Amino acid sequence: MPVTWLVLILLALAAAGYVLGRGRALHAAGGDSRGLHSLPSYYGAHVGLMALVPAMGVLALWLIAQPLVVDNRVSSALPDSAIPESATRGLVMSDVRRVADGLDLAVSEGVMTAREAREVRTDTTDVRDLLGEVGVALGSDVSPAILDAAQRYRAMTRTATTLMSALVLIVAAGGFAVALARTRPDFRARNVVESGVRGLLILAASIAILTTIGIVLSLIFNTLEFFQLYPAWDFFFGTTWSPSFGGGSELGIIPLLWGTFYISIIALLVAVPIGLFSAVYLSEYASRPVRSVAKPLLEVLAGIPTIVYGLFALLTVGPMLVTVFGDEGLGIMQAGTAVMTAGLVMGIMLIPFVSSLSDDIINAVPQAMRDGSYGLGATKSETVRQVVLPAALPGIVGAILLAASRAIGETMIVVLGAGAAARLSLNPFDAMTTVTAKIVSQLTGDADFASPEALVAFALGMTLFVITLGLNVFALYIVRKYREQYE
Amino acid sequence: MTDASLPEERGHAPARRSLTTLDDRTRRRNRAETRFRAYGIAAIATGLLFLAILLGSILFNGVGAFHQTFIKVPVYLDPAKLDKGGERQVEDIKKVSTFGYKPLIQQGLFDAVQEAGIDTPLESAKDMKQLLSASAAAQVRDTVIANPDLIGQTVEFRLLAASRVDGYLKGRVMREDVARDKNIDAEHLDLTDALREAGIVTKAFNWAFITGADASESRPEQAGLGVSMLGSFFMMLVVLALSLPIGVAASIYLEEFAPQNRFTDLIEVNISNLAAVPSIVFGILGLAAFIQFAHLPQSAPLVGGLTLTLMTLPTIVISTRASLKSVPPSIRDAALGVGASKMQAVFHHVLPMAMPGILTGTIIGLAQALGETAPLLLIGMVGYIATNYPDGLASGFMDPNSAMPAQIFEWAKRADPAYYERAWGGIIILLVFLLTMNIIAIILRRRFERRW
Repeated sequence: MPVTWLVLILLALAAAGYVLGRGRALHAAGGDSRGLHSLPSYYGAHVGLMALVPAMGVLALWLIAQPLVVDNRVSSALPDSAIPESATRGLVMSDVRRVADGLDLAVSEGVMTAREAREVRTDTTDVRDLLGEVGVALGSDVSPAILDAAQRYRAMTRTATTLMSALVLIVAAGGFAVALARTRPDFRARNVVESGVRGLLILAASIAILTTIGIVLSLIFNTLEFFQLYPAWDFFFGTTWSPSFGGGSELGIIPLLWGTFYISIIALLVAVPIGLFSAVYLSEYASRPVRSVAKPLLEVLAGIPTIVYGLFALLTVGPMLVTVFGDEGLGIMQAGTAVMTAGLVMGIMLIPFVSSLSDDIINAVPQAMRDGSYGLGATKSETVRQVVLPAALPGIVGAILLAASRAIGETMIVVLGAGAAARLSLNPFDAMTTVTAKIVSQLTGDADFASPEALVAFALGMTLFVITLGLNVFALYIVRKYREQYE
Repeated sequence: MTDASLPEERGHAPARRSLTTLDDRTRRRNRAETRFRAYGIAAIATGLLFLAILLGSILFNGVGAFHQTFIKVPVYLDPAKLDKGGERQVEDIKKVSTFGYKPLIQQGLFDAVQEAGIDTPLESAKDMKQLLSASAAAQVRDTVIANPDLIGQTVEFRLLAASRVDGYLKGRVMREDVARDKNIDAEHLDLTDALREAGIVTKAFNWAFITGADASESRPEQAGLGVSMLGSFFMMLVVLALSLPIGVAASIYLEEFAPQNRFTDLIEVNISNLAAVPSIVFGILGLAAFIQFAHLPQSAPLVGGLTLTLMTLPTIVISTRASLKSVPPSIRDAALGVGASKMQAVFHHVLPMAMPGILTGTIIGLAQALGETAPLLLIGMVGYIATNYPDGLASGFMDPNSAMPAQIFEWAKRADPAYYERAWGGIIILLVFLLTMNIIAIILRRRFERRW
């Protein structure tokens, strides 16, 4: 892999730069570091950073840009006749990429020589069989146009990689040389290094913004593509969810949203009373030893991975509920996977979330307010109900909203515990499904999404993102505002 | 208030009131107080009860996965069948597939049954097939290929029993159920009981479950978590290598250098929102950015690690900032006072003092990432059958693999209940990892964190 080698070369160059720069500075000062503007190590770091950072930046940018440019050029050179009616340009391009990668793989595994790979033709060799040998499976036979495009793709990638290596090395060597030439006793190495490091710190901090932009872009582009294939109105207001990869799917989000909200409401009905009463008891009544044992134990529930809760719902809670409410009991529950199962387990998961957030908020209510209430003769519970809780109410509402956003975005519990059928029903013992569960089932392990049935997952993701973001922003706003009130 | 009403009131109610006797109203208030208290205790008790049920059912259902039933079979490695050339060439021996070994193993077990004097209606060696795992032949074949000189001898092998036999001895497969089961019948269960008494069928600790690879759907007795553990390990390497430096750098900037302006506010809002974005959305991001856009290989631990890094970063940034904030300003002032630059004050003095807190936060973030499943579903780490150990470092990062929670999910989806036991067992291993990480974090915090 040339990239690994490039990075290793750059690191070696930087290390060498550190030693050389430090030595050169010391030498220029006649071996006495007091003659230098900065400490000797700063001169070393200066050379090392100048060799490493710009070159790494070029490498990263190139690696992001190269597939885009190459894809674009190969794709635009692809004649329209090469695209069958049933496929889109994107699908054909993914075939092209797979053929190109397969040929590279065949060369690296020694199935064919580089020369054979360059001169392979569809009329003399069965390319599909050949690539099958090295483990690259193709959906259809390779047409001459696709092979042609794949060869162009390979050639361009090869040239681009060579160019990239050369450019990166030139930039690194240039930085190295400039930095070394600047190394004189009166050069302000520390100031330069520090502003460089500061730039890197800013870059690291911007990754949060880049992540958000990445999320929004990846959702928006695919969602727009989905809405070109499937009308937005039917998506948002359709009441049937029945995807079929053969075509003619109905992709209405209403049943999924209903399932999501139903499960979340049940989860909150479990978590909020238990969490809130626990928080009140722990912060107002419990003795110190009780508190120091019970609080961490409750928080263990928050540290358990959601897959564990999912399995718990599927294999323990579901069957348990069926024995009570199933055919042998009340007869209103068909199978273990149901809204009630998922909601109950999700509620358990959210207990510590509600309790520790509310605990913080109750503790933030000033003691003076409690003392005032006691002074008027109120009992402890009256104080809690009539003074502490009303004062903490906005914060508690914020905590509940955050818990709701967790519940809406929770995936594993509903994938395992809620069932797969999308339906609009009021019976909490019916199987229903949620937005997150359907994202998983529509998108598991697919690399090429061109059909509305796969792309719908992005529209679902977008909906989920917008709902949870709205809840979070609103909840954080309330919590923050409330905190300021008593600070 | 009129004077007329006063004397009358003084004459009745207040006169009989005393501070030491309780009236109805006080009693009601006290009852409400007790009730309220009881609600609180009940809530905590319910929460703890749920925890107990959860942990109890994990232990109860999962411990079985750590025990496995083995059958001791003396197999006569017949030279006429295994090495027709008679020259003990490895190439010749490799030509014999597992089908060549099956009759020998079955014959060996049958002979052992006869020798032990067990009375069974099963009359031919072929009937032994249902007792043995489908993997037994491969195990014998591998041993022979590794050591061809064994051919011609009678070697005692400890072979995996079939999943139904294992399930019967663990109480998972009931006698009432086997009538409908085409994989086993009552005669075989009788024979199993007899063999158990004769010491031929034994139960032993199942190392293969911890170190082994996943197996195909039909042989749960062979499935192990080892390969996906490696997958998780490589993912965690990526997460650690990226999220610790980036997270610390971002926190240092935001906490120590950032001016109060729009850009800083934007970053702060972003971080607090990213911490609350559902993990599945990060999966969509990983799929779109790393696989769809950058064409990185699917199911690779590298992609999983990158996705989890983005998810873990907010956690690490929040905890790192808290520990930077807890270093008192006097430390910074002292450093600046003796002539250090701002950067030197931070890197030489503040950062080392905040390090225990940062490491604690990082370990907790890693533990969270280790147990996360949803994003891995989208980048294809589920559904991949992790049967091969990675060949080396590069292959560990780039070759398709599974991860521990993804493997557990995969097992939970399989139809055979024997896999449920594996899934619970996998959870025990996962929780042991998480517990260890959290204990390390607590110890770090207790030992090194200073209160100022």
